[in-house]
Amino acid sequence: MQRNPQLNDAGELQHLLSIEGLPREVLTQILDTAESFAGVTEREVKKVPLLRGKSVFNLFFEPSTRTRTTFEIAAKRLSADVINLNIAVSSQTKGESLLDTVANLSAMQADIFVVRHSSSGAPFLIARHVKPHEHVINAGDGRHAHPTQGLLDLFTIRHYKKDFSRLTVAIVGDVLHSRVARSLIHGLTTLGAPEVRVIGPQTLLPAGVEALGVKVFHDMREGLRDCDVVVMLRLQNERMKGALLPSAQEFNKHYGLTSEKLALARKDAIVMHPGPMNRGVEIDSSVADGPHSVILPQVTFGIAVRMAVMSMVAGN
Amino acid sequence: MRLTIKGARIIDPASGRDAKGDLHIADGRISEAFAKADRTIDAKGLVAAPGFIDIAARLREPGLEYKATLASEMQAAIAGGVTSLACPPDTDPPLDEPGLVDMLRRRAKALEHARVYPIGALTVKLEGERLTEMAQLAETGCVAFSQANAPIADTQVLWRALQYAATFGFPVWLRAEDTWLAKGGVAHDGEIATRLGLQGIPSFAETIALMTLLELARATRARLHVCRLSTAGAVEMMRAAKREGLPVTCDVGIHHLHLCDNDLGYFDSNCRLEPPLRSQRDRDALSAGLQDGTIDCVCSDHTPVDDDGKHVPFAEAEPGATGLELLLPLTLKWGEARKLPLVKSLAKITSDAARVLGVGSGKLAVGAPADVVLFDPAASVRISAETLKSQGKNTPFLGYELAGRVRTTIVAGNVVYGQMSEA
Repeated sequence: MQRNPQLNDAGELQHLLSIEGLPREVLTQILDTAESFAGVTEREVKKVPLLRGKSVFNLFFEPSTRTRTTFEIAAKRLSADVINLNIAVSSQTKGESLLDTVANLSAMQADIFVVRHSSSGAPFLIARHVKPHEHVINAGDGRHAHPTQGLLDLFTIRHYKKDFSRLTVAIVGDVLHSRVARSLIHGLTTLGAPEVRVIGPQTLLPAGVEALGVKVFHDMREGLRDCDVVVMLRLQNERMKGALLPSAQEFNKHYGLTSEKLALARKDAIVMHPGPMNRGVEIDSSVADGPHSVILPQVTFGIAVRMAVMSMVAGN
Repeated sequence: MRLTIKGARIIDPASGRDAKGDLHIADGRISEAFAKADRTIDAKGLVAAPGFIDIAARLREPGLEYKATLASEMQAAIAGGVTSLACPPDTDPPLDEPGLVDMLRRRAKALEHARVYPIGALTVKLEGERLTEMAQLAETGCVAFSQANAPIADTQVLWRALQYAATFGFPVWLRAEDTWLAKGGVAHDGEIATRLGLQGIPSFAETIALMTLLELARATRARLHVCRLSTAGAVEMMRAAKREGLPVTCDVGIHHLHLCDNDLGYFDSNCRLEPPLRSQRDRDALSAGLQDGTIDCVCSDHTPVDDDGKHVPFAEAEPGATGLELLLPLTLKWGEARKLPLVKSLAKITSDAARVLGVGSGKLAVGAPADVVLFDPAASVRISAETLKSQGKNTPFLGYELAGRVRTTIVAGNVVYGQMSEA
């Protein structure tokens, strides 16, 4: 097996490409660092000089608002210069290859590339070709990984539940297409959560998903029983076309989170969603806006987590 | 011209011979011993075997010369000891017209290297809709008809194509892959694809299609050859079909004997192959199936892909790997892992491949074409972009040291590769 490409020779974080394969200590270090930054975001002067003089290039080959914005805010709070490139409408459409785009930006003295790409593994390819002082942060690649989202989910869970060692976590919906689910599953199993469940119809669960260390449920009521954390995944409309589902309504009936279904989970259960939500499809408004929901705090924590990741890779 | 190869370990899988001795060549054929040779080659310490027969090697001409040229790939063939090769029809345009096939054969012949056996397209433009002029293509030299990796989704067309080919007794070489089940997939549908977030191709995409092919072969009596098995299930089905006496043959690509989906590592696009690398269990079944004869022979499935085709994210990468120069080392590696004598493992790239291809070479019997390779089974080759003659430098084995170095390649009695040390 090749060496984990995201760690340097000292075992420190060189790039953040995937949660899979990151040692528990590194994950904990990221969460602890994020904790220290959470204070910064509440101060009146929301800036620290850790990345002063460094350039962060946001390379989004796939459209995104939330993730790109939180990366931008995080970089600015670390005093970095941020350059946003919406590649989906620039060079790629002119036929420039991914690696040529990166080489050109590298010539403009980048320090950190934040990359989102529709193809699984694209950030690994970039990481193999950047200069030693440049760092790559995966902001979502295909169905593969969305490690900063996974980390902010872990941060949120730790914030509300303190400890992973007795948690039952359910991840519900379109696991097949979800990079968020994969990253969170790896994070939870690494940090010692004893029971991670995935809930969905067979068409939306990938082959051999049990091998990731999760329990599979097709009946949502059964799967939610006694859960501490419920993570709802976004359902894309195009899933109806691929014969994966008959309709959003039928999905909602069986796998949408309603107050009534949530009552099967623990009384103090928290509800998470990576956004953007489809209200009335995977989640009802009564739950999304209800007392169990921590969906908005997730977004806030996302900034601290991305500050932690950027400061750590740039420091290593 | 009389040539004597002296002191070699002569291995002829067709006859089972494995003994030290001299090999005599006269007028382009293996000959009885004669007293006076015009030239001699000292082959002490080397194995003399029939030149290798690779039943799937893409030369990329016509049309895809930016990926490789006939000249570069023919050089790769003889450097790998390959003296006969069959090229699939997936050129651009595909080999669906007699003129194209004729041109390819003439150009290949002019190079005076390996023998080239074109496989004609089964359907026009490989589109799976209209039949090609198979009889005319056969007259210009096509030895079989195939779709390469292109599907025939319409099973009625497939049925008719097999009927028509059977009418003339033409062999039909097809991959077993259900078009719809494989749609969009780039990796074996299993734990690894799930972890990497790659769209999977389930094993039953192969077994379901194979069931269709076998049923149609049964109905039409077509001479079916199934290309590139990748699953344990398909090996079992072929075993049953042969037991039943169905006149079918099959092959496996050399990579699938050694690698599995685990080797994708961190999205190694050199492991993007068609069919996809499957599980360890599948790989072991393929390896065992080749040994027991269920799978008739092994081929390189040589596919030169340029860096532009590989230096992209895994799913976007062009499938295929260079293989002509790895056929011998990887066949030896397979034989060693299965503790087979050389004569058994070499059979898979000589006599068995000749039987599938229907050619008279692949043996060292007196009177057979003098296609001979001399190789050192102990000397290793380092697989690198610099050492590979093929224009395709992409292989999952880049950086490996593999045993089995070709010293001399002889086609029709002429030394086409390597130095001759005169004895």
